Amino acid sequence: MADRYSFSLTTFSPSGKLVQIEYALNVVSQGVTSIGIKATNGIVIATEKKAVSTLIDDSSLEKVSVISKNIGMVYSGMGPDYRVLVNKARKAAQAYKRVYMEEPPTAILVKEIASVMQEFTQSGGVRPFGVSLLIAGFDESGPWLYQVDPSGSYWPWKATAIGKNMVNAKTFLEKRYNEEIELEDAIHTAILTLKEGFEGQMTENTIEIGVITGSPTVQEDGVVVLPEFRKLSPNEIKDYLANIA
Amino acid sequence: MEYNGGAVVAMVGKNCVAIACDKRLGVQAMTISTEFKKIFQATPKTYLGLPGLATDVQTLAEKFRFKINMYKLKEEREIEPRTLAHLVSSTLYERRFGPWFTEPVVAGLDKNNNPFICNTDTIGCINFAKDFVVSGTSTNQLYGMCESLWEPDLEPEDLFETISQALMNAVDRDCLAGWGAEVVVITPDKIITRTLKSRMD
Repeated sequence: MADRYSFSLTTFSPSGKLVQIEYALNVVSQGVTSIGIKATNGIVIATEKKAVSTLIDDSSLEKVSVISKNIGMVYSGMGPDYRVLVNKARKAAQAYKRVYMEEPPTAILVKEIASVMQEFTQSGGVRPFGVSLLIAGFDESGPWLYQVDPSGSYWPWKATAIGKNMVNAKTFLEKRYNEEIELEDAIHTAILTLKEGFEGQMTENTIEIGVITGSPTVQEDGVVVLPEFRKLSPNEIKDYLANIA
Repeated sequence: MEYNGGAVVAMVGKNCVAIACDKRLGVQAMTISTEFKKIFQATPKTYLGLPGLATDVQTLAEKFRFKINMYKLKEEREIEPRTLAHLVSSTLYERRFGPWFTEPVVAGLDKNNNPFICNTDTIGCINFAKDFVVSGTSTNQLYGMCESLWEPDLEPEDLFETISQALMNAVDRDCLAGWGAEVVVITPDKIITRTLKSRMD
């Protein structure tokens, strides 16, 4: 009988669950681990990047994505689903910019993405996204780290992990995190956390890191310039890894 | 612009801004009303002036009230004057090939109480100004008055006098504007709204 509720997206089971959404969360919890840490002066998001074969050219794989100048995003779960969300998020950011001539605040973009994900839990002919997202942004109200789930629910975090190793990683982060942590330490901690559950050799080609740091500045003409989100290059990551070993 | 007539002007002072308009509504040379509203409060410290075709003035005033309220609910903050200027610009440009017949003026203090004024043309091309902006049928006369009366760093009361004289003397040389005026001075701690009597002929 339990099977009766496991196919229709929009039918509640007697216990009050939407099982397809829970299955989507299972996909996420099998996905590769991603970490996000908010520091006093910025945010770092990081993930593993493992190619299934040594023959794959991993220089073109991209899991940490720039969404707008001041917002970046990473995922755990299904890669193709993530790509759809990246496209939608970038489009939403530009649509906002077209109207107001400024970058969307993190919370506004997160709401936008979350409502897309919610829509895919209630529409016909579609399935929920098999991804959870970590969204890092810096706006006039400071640095923000959000998680968005397949159900469309979202929360801000100080530090968190999603994916395969999230339980262990979160315990690790709870021990390591403090309110005064600075970005350099946060990057260090993020790498260490990833290393906890890492299988095989961690190199500059098997992890991806994105950071956003600085503070908003006001130009003479009154225009506010926000800090930029950027991905660390393999060389920069190599330096961080060298410091750890 | 010439069908109903009307003029709006805005000026920057020391930690304050002023925006003023005439109160006439006409149908070409015939005056219909002397109580026609052309400036609207957008946020506690920002005003929007809309001179031009009366039907578009009222439609846009409602449209912007809607957009500004939606912005406030979504973003949980008041819209900044600069952001409002870009919202006005993109709203007008959406009608690039069948424009709203109005030349909006935005005047206000931003969240750090820095003065901001600007105006746009009918299709939303923004003109940022550090001193004053003029708009409506009395544009030429207002430019003349503002060029000669305005000076930097005017205190609120002096700014009120300057903008009032500039507007009244400009609309007296324009048969499509005048018949009373409304002046708003925005300062960090209060907003001064005054209605002026002027030549009623």
